[in-house]
Amino acid sequence: MYPFTFTTARDTRAALEAGRNGGRYIAGGTTLVDLMRETVERPGTLVDISPLPLRFVTVTARGGVRIGALVTMTDAAAHPAIRRLYPVVSAALELSASAQLRNMATIGGNIMQRTRCTYFRDVTAACNKRDPGSGCAAIGGFNRTHAILGTSDACVATHPSDLAVALTALDAKVRLAGSSGTRSVAIADFLLLPGATPDREQALRPGELITAVDIPAHPRPLRSGYLKVRDRQSYEFALAAAAVALHSSGGVIRTAKVAAGGVGTVPWRLSAVERHLIGRRPSTRLWSSAAELAAEGAKPLTHNRFKIELLQRTVERELRIVGGTA
Amino acid sequence: MPIESPVPAAGEEYPAGLSRRTFIAATAAAGGATASGLLAEPAEAAEAAENGRVSLTVNGARHATTVDNRTSLLDLLREHLGLTGSKKGCNAGACGACTVLVDGRRVVSCLTLAVRLNGADVTTVEGLADGDLLHPLQQAFIDQDALQCGFCTPGQIVSGVGCIREGHTGSREEIREWMSGNICRCGCYPKIVRAVEQAAGRK
Amino acid sequence: MSPQPQAAVGRPVSRVEGRLKVTGQAKYAADQTASGTAHAAVVDSSIARGRITGLDTAAAEACPGVLRVISHRNAPTLPYLPNRGSLNLPGERLHVFQDDRVLFHGQPVAVVVATTLEAAQHAASLVHVQYTAEPSATDLTSAPADEPTTYARGDAAAALASAAVRLDLTYRLSRMHHNPMEPHAIVTRWDGAELTVWDKTQWVQSTRDELAAVFGINPASVRVISPYVGGAFGNAARCWPHATIAALAAREAGRPVKLVLTRRQLYFGVGYRPAYEYRLSIGSDLQGRLTASVHDLRSETSRYETFAERGVLVPGRMLYTTPNVTQSHRTVPLDVNTPTPMRGPGYSTAAFPIESAVDELAHELGIDPIELRRRNEPENDQASGLPFSTRRLRECYTVGAREFGWNRRNPKPRTTRDGDWLIGMGVATAVYDTLRAPAQAHVRLDARGTAVVESATSDMGPGTYTSMSQVAADALGIDVPQVTFRLGDTTLPQAPVHGGSLTMASIGSTVQDGCDRVRQQAIALAVGDERSPLYGADPAAVVVYDGRLHVKGDPARGETYRQLLTRNDRTHLEATGSYTPAQSRASMHAYGAVFAEVAVDARLGMVRVRRMLGVYDAGRIISPKLADSQAIGGMVGGIGAALMEHTVTDHRDGRIVNANLAEYLVPVNADVPALKAIYLNGRDDQADPIGVKGLGEVVLVGVAPAVANAVFHATGRRVRHLPIAPEDLL
Repeated sequence: MYPFTFTTARDTRAALEAGRNGGRYIAGGTTLVDLMRETVERPGTLVDISPLPLRFVTVTARGGVRIGALVTMTDAAAHPAIRRLYPVVSAALELSASAQLRNMATIGGNIMQRTRCTYFRDVTAACNKRDPGSGCAAIGGFNRTHAILGTSDACVATHPSDLAVALTALDAKVRLAGSSGTRSVAIADFLLLPGATPDREQALRPGELITAVDIPAHPRPLRSGYLKVRDRQSYEFALAAAAVALHSSGGVIRTAKVAAGGVGTVPWRLSAVERHLIGRRPSTRLWSSAAELAAEGAKPLTHNRFKIELLQRTVERELRIVGGTA
Repeated sequence: MPIESPVPAAGEEYPAGLSRRTFIAATAAAGGATASGLLAEPAEAAEAAENGRVSLTVNGARHATTVDNRTSLLDLLREHLGLTGSKKGCNAGACGACTVLVDGRRVVSCLTLAVRLNGADVTTVEGLADGDLLHPLQQAFIDQDALQCGFCTPGQIVSGVGCIREGHTGSREEIREWMSGNICRCGCYPKIVRAVEQAAGRK
Repeated sequence: MSPQPQAAVGRPVSRVEGRLKVTGQAKYAADQTASGTAHAAVVDSSIARGRITGLDTAAAEACPGVLRVISHRNAPTLPYLPNRGSLNLPGERLHVFQDDRVLFHGQPVAVVVATTLEAAQHAASLVHVQYTAEPSATDLTSAPADEPTTYARGDAAAALASAAVRLDLTYRLSRMHHNPMEPHAIVTRWDGAELTVWDKTQWVQSTRDELAAVFGINPASVRVISPYVGGAFGNAARCWPHATIAALAAREAGRPVKLVLTRRQLYFGVGYRPAYEYRLSIGSDLQGRLTASVHDLRSETSRYETFAERGVLVPGRMLYTTPNVTQSHRTVPLDVNTPTPMRGPGYSTAAFPIESAVDELAHELGIDPIELRRRNEPENDQASGLPFSTRRLRECYTVGAREFGWNRRNPKPRTTRDGDWLIGMGVATAVYDTLRAPAQAHVRLDARGTAVVESATSDMGPGTYTSMSQVAADALGIDVPQVTFRLGDTTLPQAPVHGGSLTMASIGSTVQDGCDRVRQQAIALAVGDERSPLYGADPAAVVVYDGRLHVKGDPARGETYRQLLTRNDRTHLEATGSYTPAQSRASMHAYGAVFAEVAVDARLGMVRVRRMLGVYDAGRIISPKLADSQAIGGMVGGIGAALMEHTVTDHRDGRIVNANLAEYLVPVNADVPALKAIYLNGRDDQADPIGVKGLGEVVLVGVAPAVANAVFHATGRRVRHLPIAPEDLL
């Protein structure tokens, strides 16, 4: 680990000031400290933002939820309003990492999480994300766990967050504070496709700080859930995952929110699946015909072709679990 | 199973289930729910050096020390405070052997920077027994033979203490899931589950 | 002499060192924190083959706290004397920092010694190494092989050609890493020419002898201490290059050095279970009686040493009645580090193809897999011609089938469903050698009636401390808490490697012998002592129980050790026990039948083990509570081998791409459901004086094929490689 200076920000202004001067924010630290130890990350200054007043969950009258950036994964998952209103969020969180890591990691940090791509984590390997222009060792290497959606010639690394998949499905927004004020960015715009610049992962301006995540209100009743397929039953990243939220009335699906994890360079919104569902009556056939659209545009690599079928089946299964077979 | 989510009462607000420390931080910052309120005091002067002072409590004893900013809580415990019970299995948050309680919550000490722990209350495996009287979970590990080589055991036990406190002991299946952050390569899992059950039952 | 009452052996005694382990007081190698100890961090090569052309250490040396940076540029020439006694292999072990050659990805190329761990690790990352890379080969399937080891009986080719049923199958087994929770760690300290080492090792003597040979010093000048080992499963039997690095670093830095390998470095700094390609042809008649088998194996080894597992060929020769057998095993030298035995070495590898193929044959013929195995149960060892000492495999199957509910299994695959899950049951045989080796133990019984028993063996988790205390307690006639067993120190009496399931048989028999001697000394003292109630008694009629000697059948006539020794002004009695295995006139193995029930998600391919049962014929069970844990642990290891463990090499440059515990998956608690083990009551008196056959290895063998066979039964899909992944079953 490279040496660094350390400062604790007692308030938001101090944090932004430190951030503007090149300081790197640290909250739970579960990703950052790990990557610093691998020398993938080499910040000169760490700014501890844990004293900031960002540990809150508020619920709006219509059923939207604002989650402060420093709420831990544990607390967010267990929060009664989140459990009740957005089980997909609680499930995605509780299927992530381990109890210990969820006690440390925060909501803001979770969506800032960096990829598990082995070549990214190994500083002796070529990686455009870590070292722009050095190439991508994963494309011709071992890429079973890599992305099939949203990839580019420069990068095929999978976005690791489960939470971000649920948030993507729910049209969540990321609230940001910067020296010029605050703004709100849809999570789908916040997490960037790799394109030719995979080192740029979020639409953050220099020194900007995530303060909260807003989940907008959705029509009620909303049924939702998260399914994660992996090699072992716990403490592992997804091979494929599906976040599904459905609202029906009069026996017809009116709102469908579907996103996939473990398969994209960013959480992958399945708009074609959603369009197919809306206006139709739930049925086993509908789930499977909708799920067939899940892997549209997928580009498999040497070792992850199976993810196309696995994704479709994962989406189909979770549609059935959430939507029922009536 | 998905849960039907009714609309909550207007203005309903929940403090998240926060630990004591975080709750203090949260309450101290009333009105700070939005980040636009940039009314705060100026930042404390940044520590220019690559070392920091930290004052914390470990197993009831106060320690004030200067640490390299890079030093993890695990290395502070092991290399500086002589508390080698917490183990370094992977140093990357992937095994749980270094699990300790910080302010009552189980965390992996390998990914916790010591310099961040000013005022923290840390409990390690060495701090669980009451003199010669073992903690019920320590005794349960012996009774159930929930250990073989013993290397993951301190982390398993501290994690189990956290698991019991959290109330995730409703069924064997629940214990299995909530104890999955602690790898045991000797394969003692069924017995670890029984030990957690045994100790949870005595609460 | 009268047999001693059995009070401790066979009883469910709790682990005697349990208290130290649950309180964090047990000191493993890295827990040694002597003041003044410097920390070392190793720099690894980032190519698999070639030469080091540049090595810039200036930035590293400029780091505050750095004491030394050692590489081939400045390291002294080390003698590296021959040392074949310590599990070194044919070829020549890796010499660290002696030249510019790189033989595998991750080879140590430099070491940094610094006053703090943080400084050492950071400085190591600043050492800039330049290489001239040469094309490397790391793929077992495509590289040229060595000359084979062969075996033949009968005419397998002809028998296969005329067999009523013939199966030609190819199986692939992935490289696996032991991944004990404790990383390899070593603390080295020189006092003049004397070297003291705290090591993680399954054999203190192997570290001692290897370091003595490498540094060209007398083994008596090296002391190795290793009281606790945080799991090893075979990978801490040999002394690996990092031990030399630590000792060299301590010598160069002039102070004690601690070196703990990172988890990543465990994937190339120490050995692993090699990958195999196993081609198997079997022929049988229509009743399922095997007529021929042909085994063609390839396995990986390094370019500098040849690792050829003997055990991998044994089951193919002796497990089932087969008149015609040929075997050929070729090692394939690659630009990799050297493999090493891993739990159930060879046998567990062979069990996957053999037990899968037998299952395939049973399915082909419509015969129950257990019945097919019964039809091929041999009457003697067809490879050696020797009778079996004990072989109760039929009983294992009978008991197992009954306890597991095998009769509820619909023989037709893919017929049992539970919602989205396909349910299947599978079975496989387990077998492992009963190995024994010469050993010594010192026993000292003091006047308080407590005993200290010592042998330079090890306890990597199975419970050596406990089981030896049980043997000693009964042999001395005292309670387990009165016994202190010491191990893990080269100053103690000589012991063999703690591996191959030979510890209980070898050290146990030694401890028994030493304690018998001491007890007999006490009895002789008593019957010759006019003041003793036992004066004049027949020594052969005296037994000791609860620390009291008495005439068998007349408990009133006797006295305690304390009374006897105190009266005779004896502070203690002592003896050295020894054990030398007799020439075996029988084929000796431990056996087991392993049953697995799995659920496979019909659409998503996820495999979940629902329950397992192992029934074992392992001879006498000394410590049932701990033996049960061993068996459960073996099953957990086997679940890992079956469903997740796989070291992945990028063959472009020999890099291991999943060298961490987040991507090299081992089972977690959620993966492990109800597991049960049953040991058949009994003993094997031909095996060794205490009647044990060893159990730590056999409990892993057969688990993976039982799971694979259950997956076939659940899905109708036969997967002939390990691990079985979701994509194999979509």
